[in-house]
Amino acid sequence: MEEKYYKKLWWKIVFTTLGFSLIPLFALGITIYYQFSVSYTAKIIENLKTLVENRRSSMDLFFDERVSQLVTIANTHTLKQLGEETYLNKIFKTMQTRSQSFIDIGIIDQEGNHLAYIGPYPDLKEVNYKKEDWFESVLSKGVYISDVFMGFRKFPHFIIAVMSREGGKTWILRATINSDIIENVVRAAQIGKKGDAFIVNKRNILQTAPRFSGELFGHPQTPDFSKTMETLVEEIVMDGESNFFAATAISNTKWVLVVKEDPKEQLTPLLKARYIAVIIFLAGILVIVIGTLVTTQSMMNKLIQIDREKAISEDMVIQSSKMAALGKMAAGIAHEINNPLAVIGEKAGWIKDLLVEEDIAQSKNFKEFEEAVRKIETHVERTKKVTHRLLGFARRMEPILEKVDVNKTLSDTVDFLENESKYRNINLQVDFQPDLPKIVSDSSQLQQIFLNIMNNAIDAIDRGGEIHIKTNFLPRNNEIMIEITDNGPGISKENINKVFDPFFTTKEVGKGTGLGLSIVYSIIEKLGGRIMAASEIGQGTTFTIYFPVKQ
Amino acid sequence: MVEEFNALVVDDEDDFRETLVKRLKIRSLHVWGAETGQKALDLMDQLVFDVVVLDVKMPGLDGIETLREMKKKKPLTEVILLTGHGSIESGIEGMKLGAFDYVMKPVNIDELLDKMRQAYERKVIHEEER
Repeated sequence: MEEKYYKKLWWKIVFTTLGFSLIPLFALGITIYYQFSVSYTAKIIENLKTLVENRRSSMDLFFDERVSQLVTIANTHTLKQLGEETYLNKIFKTMQTRSQSFIDIGIIDQEGNHLAYIGPYPDLKEVNYKKEDWFESVLSKGVYISDVFMGFRKFPHFIIAVMSREGGKTWILRATINSDIIENVVRAAQIGKKGDAFIVNKRNILQTAPRFSGELFGHPQTPDFSKTMETLVEEIVMDGESNFFAATAISNTKWVLVVKEDPKEQLTPLLKARYIAVIIFLAGILVIVIGTLVTTQSMMNKLIQIDREKAISEDMVIQSSKMAALGKMAAGIAHEINNPLAVIGEKAGWIKDLLVEEDIAQSKNFKEFEEAVRKIETHVERTKKVTHRLLGFARRMEPILEKVDVNKTLSDTVDFLENESKYRNINLQVDFQPDLPKIVSDSSQLQQIFLNIMNNAIDAIDRGGEIHIKTNFLPRNNEIMIEITDNGPGISKENINKVFDPFFTTKEVGKGTGLGLSIVYSIIEKLGGRIMAASEIGQGTTFTIYFPVKQ
Repeated sequence: MVEEFNALVVDDEDDFRETLVKRLKIRSLHVWGAETGQKALDLMDQLVFDVVVLDVKMPGLDGIETLREMKKKKPLTEVILLTGHGSIESGIEGMKLGAFDYVMKPVNIDELLDKMRQAYERKVIHEEER
């Protein structure tokens, strides 16, 4: 029952402590991790945006350069000059010294016919472009940049065409540019092991070859970013995996640059931080759990100890209240018996007085009368002893306090018992501490205590034995100890707890009142001391008395 | 053996008082009995008592009060208190009020007689001093 209660309390304390320790720990951990994750993700997004815009600028710069180069050539030369292939070849060579990306160059009149062509495919000179889409476009807008295509050349390229006017005549300067250069710029944005970058046109057709997301001129295996205008960064979940996408439109063309990143690679430091956090967290939980268990255990031990001490002191309270109640009852009984006893005593005495008269002395039953009256008187005397002890037991006389030398009180008592013990062949041995401090007490009541205990010891031994009386000062508790040990038959375990109970006696009927030790107990209690009894069957009994040494 | 003197036994318990009176009478004392403190005081107006044996616990006027009155009336009369119920405290209080001694009930007749004689002797000494 008690065990169960402690177990329950133990769980309660453990759970409460763990709850109050772990909940804030969890809250703190989750909050910090969340904040860290948010700011780290924001940083990744920012980086990605910078990257894509950076690439876009390179691209813009590239196109701006090419277009302005062509525009400059077109506007600084006459048609007549450029129409001459030797002159055009000279210019083309100059251009190629600056950039290997130019493949060929041609001049086209407003009818779509090639006026001059420099490049690896002279056959193109015969082609008429009037029907081509781009031809219309360049005439209306002045500058045209085509999508990437394979064409006759069997490798990806695109053209830039610029229009020029001279007198009433309109003509077009067209150059073919190898798209390798764009590929290179885009490839520089392919980060890590799984990152990707590519360009799509308005119809979401790939203009460069991505690493993983599709084939050149095919549709990319990613969401459609072809309508993107402003730079955007998005986290998109594809096939259960999260990906970061950044897209931005390239200004000179109708293309969109798309960069894809695998967050796992980018978030590695975050994941590392998460592992460290989890390890610290688990270690923290372990420490808290161990701490809680250790603290709870020691608390429980303390509690159990306190409970035990409380139970002991409650026992003592019960014992003393039991004594008080019994004392009252004993006094009541003694009082009720004492008065009729006095009358009986007087009547018996009167009969005895009358028996002295001569004529009664002659009666044949005179001896019987005398004997009977004597017996009555003896037993009145015996009963009187009981009632007076009972009354003494219940009496609440204030002890007369004075400084008492306990050694002297003890040796007085020993002297008093000397004759009796000699007669019974009992050796009274004393072992007094010489400088025993005096205590504030009532010497006659102390004498009564010692007398009762020693009388009991003598009765217990009966004939031939030893009583050892020892005094000692215990500086730690500032109290003196009196030990009275006999080598009598001892007291059994079931009886040792009852020795201080009133009316408990193991002596023959008529020999003991069972009040001696209970009087001892109540006197010692009144004097502020305590008494303990210890015994072993066949070895003897020890009564140990403690009195505080007061100033 | 000793001089005869007048004694008064005051006790509410008739059996006790009457028997004690008889026993003291055959021991050559002039003994009277009274069942209450008031009767004892009235009796003292008529007769001169040397020693009074007075029960402490009585209905009406109790032993201690009776003692106080007696000491007012006849300061030289010696009083021996009878305590029946462990009231040694009242016995001691009585001594402070001028009682000669106290005896515990049930009474040992020889002990009581001894004390009564001692009380009488003291009374005689006191009277001679006057």
